[in-house]
Amino acid sequence: MKDLLQNPDFQLVFWSFVKIFVILNGLLGVVSYMILAERKVAGRMQGRPGPNRVGPAGTLQPIADVIKLFFKEEFIPAAANKVIFNIAPALAVIPALVSFSIVPIGPNFTVTDLNVGLLLFLAMSSIGVYAVTLGGWSSNNKYALLGGLRSSAQMISYELAMGLSTIGVLMLTGSLSMVEIVKAQQNLPFILFQPLAFVIFMITALAETNRAPFDLPEAEAELVAGFHTEYSSMKFGLFFLGEFTNVITICSIATTLFLGGWNGPWLPDSLKFIWFFAKLAVLVFFFMWVRWTFPRLRYDQLMNLGWKILLPLSLANVLVTGLAMYWLQNR
Amino acid sequence: MTAQILFAALAAVLVVSSLLVILHRNPVTSALFLVSAFCSLAGIYLTLHAEFLGMVQVIVYAGAIMVLFLFVIMYLNLQHDLETGVQTAVRRGIGWIAGAVLLAEAGLLVSKRWAVGPIAPPEAVATPGNTQAIGIALYTRYLFPFEITSMVLLVAMVGAIVIARSRRERGDEATVRRVRLSALPDSDPRVRTAALAEPSAHPEGTLAKGDRETYEISTSLGGAVTPPGEESSR
Amino acid sequence: MREYIPVLMFVIVAIGFAGVTLGLSQITMPIRRNARKMAPYECGVEPVGSARNRFHVKFYLVALLFILFDIEAVFLYPWAVTFRQLGLYGLIEMGLFILILFIGYVYLLGKRALEWES
Repeated sequence: MKDLLQNPDFQLVFWSFVKIFVILNGLLGVVSYMILAERKVAGRMQGRPGPNRVGPAGTLQPIADVIKLFFKEEFIPAAANKVIFNIAPALAVIPALVSFSIVPIGPNFTVTDLNVGLLLFLAMSSIGVYAVTLGGWSSNNKYALLGGLRSSAQMISYELAMGLSTIGVLMLTGSLSMVEIVKAQQNLPFILFQPLAFVIFMITALAETNRAPFDLPEAEAELVAGFHTEYSSMKFGLFFLGEFTNVITICSIATTLFLGGWNGPWLPDSLKFIWFFAKLAVLVFFFMWVRWTFPRLRYDQLMNLGWKILLPLSLANVLVTGLAMYWLQNR
Repeated sequence: MTAQILFAALAAVLVVSSLLVILHRNPVTSALFLVSAFCSLAGIYLTLHAEFLGMVQVIVYAGAIMVLFLFVIMYLNLQHDLETGVQTAVRRGIGWIAGAVLLAEAGLLVSKRWAVGPIAPPEAVATPGNTQAIGIALYTRYLFPFEITSMVLLVAMVGAIVIARSRRERGDEATVRRVRLSALPDSDPRVRTAALAEPSAHPEGTLAKGDRETYEISTSLGGAVTPPGEESSR
Repeated sequence: MREYIPVLMFVIVAIGFAGVTLGLSQITMPIRRNARKMAPYECGVEPVGSARNRFHVKFYLVALLFILFDIEAVFLYPWAVTFRQLGLYGLIEMGLFILILFIGYVYLLGKRALEWES
């Protein structure tokens, strides 16, 4: 028994499992309460209190919502492709959760430190496109199909600009590892050196997660509910959960890349994760703020923005960063 | 030991997925099995310490190219195969012959003990990091192929636009007609006449709401407009 | 290579979570099916036309262009992490690469390949 406990492989598996368990439960809890926070923030911005009946000031609302979703009847349309219909919601949630394994929450609290961490995040968002495409197609519904097609075209168009906007950060760090990127920001966060890349990243993050003002393919007043028209009960719940988890994951990546991750003054190493969550909360609030402030973009405006404005801007950012770094190195 | 178990598991998933790609009837499910084959291939790259290649395999192959395949497969109205019995027999005959040749080749390679396992000890190549190593090699020693790649991508871009545009120009007249019709009110006589000619018109003679927004390219060409990749296969 | 084991574990845990959630919802939900509920939803009207219409070639073009620019981005990643070692020559090489692709991009804009009429 003692040999088993000393075995480094066993320790790796055990501690990884502990971290994964903590992160998964924490993430699910945060996501549920983020949905409540969004509704309350939306309410306040619209001059009303938001949900406040279930529990003190509405704090038990997420639990009520989850229980309601479990007990709702589910309709699978008659000619739908059953297997893919069932897989699509799972595909919405799994990439968002797995992307969290590289996020450095505190100085020693990362599930794992891959030396291609950022690429894992990009790979997972590429897989996330399938959830939308398959969900729309498998429903055998014209509106879901169109919504899924338009939504996935939007997601892949903005994925380009998102990937390119992170290149500047990589040039400054010299490594794809997220832990290295955070360590490189010990003195100053990269947002000071890459302001344009930060703005591009946030805009593309809004489009990647299908949040307003880029939520035309799934907005209530358009195309019914887009690709998740025919989904009900917990399958819809998983799509919803996947969308909000995506928001938190992308905001965590933005925090790590541009705002310095867990770096911050006055706190000892063991408490530095508080800085991480504070920065994350600011970015998530920004997402909610944008949703209830701007009108929705029309689809052609959306695609024009992604291809004709953000793509050349992010390439220009790469070249300018390269020139600036070279000039500063060899002055 | 664990490396071999991992490789065996990933290779099994890869082989089974590849077989199911060709054995499954539904093309969308075949495409999804191909995605899983690419993901397990990425896993095999990871076991060989080629992390950058593994991630790029998922980002580009499984995440971009297969999305293109899925767009085309899902949104085409695939009917039954239109080939004759002779074509099917020829196709299957060639398939069996090619399969036998490949099997003989595989048997030959295994019997001569070629490429049994990695030659270098696995930890030795891990230190500079796969991405950095690729970066240094690609932009110093292999610069010329890299610049040629940009030419290849340029040719692909121009080619795609040329092919897609020639289709679009022919389809645009029908689209313009349809857009103009949808701008008229329902009671206009021109809409009624046009609606009666539509294949999916609502029984009362007005264009159904869904059809105004349907992305039909043209009925006036007398046939479907297919994306460039589909014409050669059938 | 050992650092990928936690990722694999996370994938398995995530799949398990999704599976358990879906399975649990199958157990707890009431099943009262009728024909109306199983028809596709079209804002309450009877469904018209087949669900598999032809699609605009623009979506194909978007996906294809996404592949090409994604490959360009993939070339940028190893360059970015080795930028300091590559120096000026690296900058010029990559500038040339981006310039050639930018020519293609200008062609794309000029030929109005990505015009989306509303």
